[in-house]
Amino acid sequence: MTCDEAGLLLHALIDGELDAGHAREVEAHAASCARCAGQLDAQRELRQALHAAPLRHVAPASLRKRIDNVLPPPVAATSRRALLKGFAMGSLASAAVASIAIVVLRRDDDGRILGDAVSAHLRSLQADHLTDVLSSDRHTVKPWFNGRLDLAPPVVDLTAQGFRLIGGRLDFIDGKPVAALVYRRRVHVINLFVAQGLGSQPATPRLDVVKGFNLLRWGAQGLDYVAVSDLNRDELEEFANKFAAAARAG
Amino acid sequence: MVSAREDDSKARRFRAAALPYLDDVYTLARYLLRNPADAEDATQECYLRAFRHFDSFRGGPIKPWLLAILRNVCRAEYARRGALAGQGEDLDAAEHCTHGLWADDAATPEATALGQLDADSVQQLIAGLPAPFREALVLREMNDLSYREIAEIAGVPVGTVMSRLARARGLLRAAWIAKEKEP
Repeated sequence: MTCDEAGLLLHALIDGELDAGHAREVEAHAASCARCAGQLDAQRELRQALHAAPLRHVAPASLRKRIDNVLPPPVAATSRRALLKGFAMGSLASAAVASIAIVVLRRDDDGRILGDAVSAHLRSLQADHLTDVLSSDRHTVKPWFNGRLDLAPPVVDLTAQGFRLIGGRLDFIDGKPVAALVYRRRVHVINLFVAQGLGSQPATPRLDVVKGFNLLRWGAQGLDYVAVSDLNRDELEEFANKFAAAARAG
Repeated sequence: MVSAREDDSKARRFRAAALPYLDDVYTLARYLLRNPADAEDATQECYLRAFRHFDSFRGGPIKPWLLAILRNVCRAEYARRGALAGQGEDLDAAEHCTHGLWADDAATPEATALGQLDADSVQQLIAGLPAPFREALVLREMNDLSYREIAEIAGVPVGTVMSRLARARGLLRAAWIAKEKEP
């Protein structure tokens, strides 16, 4: 080992960044080279002197308060418990209830939209929260959204295809008000969210699975659709295709 | 509101994870910007940016991630100052500094023992180091980061971190001894 190499590596040595083999080499070199031994001692001394002095700064209390004020406030723990209790009293299996405590989202806009959709779906399953307008008549459901949203969601009757219209309500996805159309297949609830500006959506329905729920997303005629259900994938796809075809037919 | 509830959860997780490192972030800001008011602004901006991008945080230690954001905030501040003054410092350019106390550290005798300096004086000496060396030294000695973490923050190889640290310590030691000799 040359003095140049040792002069550099001794820093890694005192920083604890060298593996045992290289550490032995540097120490062996220093043992036989007075100049490098002096360097090593000098740097150890500097390190000690630096650590002896209070060189770190402490953030002023006013700064801490400023940051505290500009960050969104945290939710109170009690209200979260109350929320979970609300879910537990609904018809959900306890496993699903436990899983909502952990907000696991994909870390991008898509993930947030899908996560919001699943959360809205879960919340809709609480008692008396499924629909704001309860009707199997699309001529009742569709006009209900007038004046409540700046879009007119297509509402189609799919009873003949095995998907019964239950009603509709207002909900929120990605901070935007959206129309939620509620359909039912046997015991399975399907929430179909209709929105604008959720980002580019594929023309053919794309499947995602979030927290065990199937989600299908597609875009058509300038509107974005997200269908969420615990229904199996094939039947949810059937629903999406039939809805899209009926909506196209107008 | 669903989105509000998830924002609440995010805020809670972010606060619990990031706020304990406020002193670390502020310390680096003080050494990089060398001005308490600018350091406070940069620290606040760092936390706002970090919160906005918290969804993209991939886990692992959060301190290096926060310090990397702080460094970007400081670079923007450097650029602003550079535009104002017509000259600026560059965190990425390890220029040589040869004026005043910063004579060649190779001339410093190894045998000379370091005397006592008060913290203010040492902080001033560190503040006088060229930016890339100062940054490496502070990340190592004050923020206690590993070479690899420093390398990722500074965007340089680990070997460069080691040589910058060596240079920083050499310069600092020479300046320390020079300072002691001041009347």
